[in-house]
Amino acid sequence: MGYQNIFNQVQVRGPLETGIPLPAGDFPRFGQPTSSYFLGRFANAQIGPIYLGRLGVASLVCGFIAIEIIGLNMWASVGWDPVQFFRLMPWLALEPPGPEWGLRIPPLNQGGWWLMAGFFLTASILLWWLRTYRRAIALGMGTHVAWAFASAIWLYLVLGFIRPIMMGSWSEAVPFGIFPHLDWTAAFSIRYGNLFYNPFHALSIVFLYGSTLLFAMHGATILAVGRYGGERELEHITDRGTAAERAALFWRWTMGWNASFESIHRWAWWFAVLTTLTGGIGILLTGTVVDNWYLFAVQNGFAPQYPPTGVVDPATLPGAQP
Amino acid sequence: MTATKRVPLLLAVGALPALLAACERPAGLQVEQLGPSGAGMEQVLNPRVQPVEAPIPPTLVLPAQEGEPLARDVYQNVQVLGDLPVSQFNALMTNITNWVSPAKAGDPNSGCNYCHNPANMASEEKYTYAVARSMINMTRTINQDWQSHVKATGVTCWTCHRGQPVPANVWVEAAPPRSRGLLQTQGRQNMPMASVAWATLPYDPFTPYLAGAENIRVVSQRIHRSPDHVRSIQATEATYGLMMHMSDALGVNCTYCHNSRNFGSWYTSREQRVGSWYAIRMVRESNNTYITPLVRAGVIPARGMDGGARLGPMGDALKINCATCHNGQAKPMGGVSMIKDVPALAAHPPGYVSAARAAAAVAAG
Repeated sequence: MGYQNIFNQVQVRGPLETGIPLPAGDFPRFGQPTSSYFLGRFANAQIGPIYLGRLGVASLVCGFIAIEIIGLNMWASVGWDPVQFFRLMPWLALEPPGPEWGLRIPPLNQGGWWLMAGFFLTASILLWWLRTYRRAIALGMGTHVAWAFASAIWLYLVLGFIRPIMMGSWSEAVPFGIFPHLDWTAAFSIRYGNLFYNPFHALSIVFLYGSTLLFAMHGATILAVGRYGGERELEHITDRGTAAERAALFWRWTMGWNASFESIHRWAWWFAVLTTLTGGIGILLTGTVVDNWYLFAVQNGFAPQYPPTGVVDPATLPGAQP
Repeated sequence: MTATKRVPLLLAVGALPALLAACERPAGLQVEQLGPSGAGMEQVLNPRVQPVEAPIPPTLVLPAQEGEPLARDVYQNVQVLGDLPVSQFNALMTNITNWVSPAKAGDPNSGCNYCHNPANMASEEKYTYAVARSMINMTRTINQDWQSHVKATGVTCWTCHRGQPVPANVWVEAAPPRSRGLLQTQGRQNMPMASVAWATLPYDPFTPYLAGAENIRVVSQRIHRSPDHVRSIQATEATYGLMMHMSDALGVNCTYCHNSRNFGSWYTSREQRVGSWYAIRMVRESNNTYITPLVRAGVIPARGMDGGARLGPMGDALKINCATCHNGQAKPMGGVSMIKDVPALAAHPPGYVSAARAAAAVAAG
């Protein structure tokens, strides 16, 4: 009756594993491996060792610089008051340069810090991407994780770099800040005539919600056949056992068709990857090509034209004030 | 799992609905549909969050007598109300006192004395005398020229003042944040401020739009990008801040005026949006013609007789916005009209031209 809980019911404890030897010239793995009973309740009980390497160290340094630039500017803006810094944290931001700067480099206190923080954060993310790619190669794995991560980076780059350049203004980019980036999102949608009518935004939502659905179906299926060894998914891909048969039968009975033990992971991977891939396309087209998505949707026949209320823009009446 | 083990589980599941016991729909909630179905165009009125307002004092109405002398012939230094029959003048003075500065025990500057020196009622030694004159002109202009917004309901001093010398909701230009040298400030945004309902939007949406005349329209009404409609995200956030103020001041949501499918389009908006369009210009003219010139003329001091500030950190006057009259209601005071009892405030005497309009006429040639 195990495997009906979100916690692992069984902890496998063997000799601690340090991994295969690294090629000459690589940084060493560091940290004496240890194990934790409580972590073992959630996942693997073993902690460490960790491999950072040159890419990992460079990525962490760049990330640290970016966070410092953002955090110190925010802290300075409340007069270096530590209490206000935490109280107002959700409101504070490091804003991009104003529209008057276009793509020029402004003084530090008028968006220069934003550009610098963006550079280091981007460098950090790209270096970390390279690290996921290189580590996968080093382990003889496929590079699926790196390419899924690249899809998220695509959306990030469109929002903060590619689209602002296409629009000719850094001011189109997102501020660093908790509430400020949410208000930016709302303002962005309003400015460009309601992002919900952007078909790529719609696709992105489909894949996002689809991802959660697939994850729930797949996670539930594997847990449900865990009592027959179903969590050993890779073995079941090549050598179907009773867990695979039962899981497949369950879905054929309930919805007439089933994914295979391999294909379900392709479904999940593509749904997750397409979420940010289509989302990035939608953002890229906003303002650069389409200025009002609602009107675009009406023109293309997938949004209703609401009946006119008879209201006329008063600015168009004779003698109107500006 | 045995039957006995199931008992606590079943009890726990059975008790779950109790957690929702206080979540029932509040009593008296009213929902009104304002537009096409599926567009979320509805107004929710929750009686528990309706503002509690001071009761409207009774308006003194005196019947005019045949052949009464005019105020200017009886009293000295009556510049604005001189052509009122003296009974109407006295009734108006009483009403203004009740609306703006009712007598308070122990306060020598309340009642008539808020504007007048009791030893010489014609003296202008109190700055409020000149302010009241400008406010009467403003009220008359609003009632006469801005029926596009106030309709026949009109406004009186009470609409804003509610028995207070300074209305509860006024605004001043926000001071820029202190410079932090090479580091970046928050600008005039990203702080929890009531003016934009605690959002991180620019928190002075008044200076650019209710004193200045900056363009509020940010949503393009064309499908594709065009060089004649370039509006930044920052401009959008500023407009958004103004809209947050309007929504908060009227106790309504966006769809009271807009079809949120396309905020900018007029042909799907409600007529209330037209009223707001005129309101913005009415408030702008009121601030720029009847309030700010008093500061330029040196009339308004930094502190009032009660010691409270009368100028903002940038040296500008306390000015009006939507909340000054509306006080959280879609129609101020629920739509009660007081103007029929005070015809003296309904219009200017023939031939009145405000300084601003005279200047505009000169500029227009």
